[in-house]
Amino acid sequence: MSTIAGESHATHKDYEGAKLGMWLFLFTEIVLFGGLFLLYSAYRAQYPLDFHNGGQQLNVATGVINTIVLLTSSLTMALAVTATQKGSRHLAVRYLAATIVLGFVFLVNKYFEWSAEIGHGIYPNSPELLLRPNGEKLFFGLYYSMTGLHGLHVIAGVITLSVMLVFVVRNTVTSVDSVKLENAGLYWHLVDVIWIFLLPLFYLAA
Amino acid sequence: MERLEARPHIAAQRTSVVVWMALVFMTALLVFISRTYHEALSVAAMLTITPLKAGLVFYYFMHLKYESVELKSMVFVTLALLTLLIAFIFLDLSYR
Repeated sequence: MSTIAGESHATHKDYEGAKLGMWLFLFTEIVLFGGLFLLYSAYRAQYPLDFHNGGQQLNVATGVINTIVLLTSSLTMALAVTATQKGSRHLAVRYLAATIVLGFVFLVNKYFEWSAEIGHGIYPNSPELLLRPNGEKLFFGLYYSMTGLHGLHVIAGVITLSVMLVFVVRNTVTSVDSVKLENAGLYWHLVDVIWIFLLPLFYLAA
Repeated sequence: MERLEARPHIAAQRTSVVVWMALVFMTALLVFISRTYHEALSVAAMLTITPLKAGLVFYYFMHLKYESVELKSMVFVTLALLTLLIAFIFLDLSYR
């Protein structure tokens, strides 16, 4: 922003604009996953029995544990934003660190889950899967694509939140200007919302 | 000097905890109903509880409750369009 000579430099921050920009980005994420949900719906309608059989081979307990992990991480994220806005920096750091740890826990669970499935010979284009009916091939193709894409979003979220943690520690994000953290929180919550839909589609619909 | 045009609404910690408890309860309920293997009940539970859970996250955790009518409308239109697309897919599939 240009200033008149002699006046102190004013940094213009548009809070509403920053939030709107983030929401517009989230809309593109909703459309991205929405397309995959559409694909899932169409193929499920075409191969109901194969999708049912595919779902029965997934570990429900792991899916449910990961849901609780992500829901709890959403809580700690919301608490981190509230703590920052109230000026409780130490509390905000703890809640943010907890969110990052829970993100890692989710990814570790996912690693073990995928490892077990790959160990059973179930992965895209595997000899075992090629012997299965077309519907099951599609089910596991969508399972790996959608949970994989979601996993990439969790990794991106963990990296973003780690940067936010540094910002909070260094006082770059404060109670006066917390929009960066709020926007990172919006992203993390959307990742949680996507998983809320993935749980019933893949793990519970059997 | 920094100038902010608007200040965010500060959500109460208690509200966040209550919302989290509701989300965990609804997850448990969804899992329980799906384990009854009653197809109609399971589908009904998935179609109601899952959007409700997402709605709670949008409304409270993502602070949509405290946002402007314009932003709320934008989110609503996006989600409504997606729902409409899914409905059209099923409309097409059911008449094949």
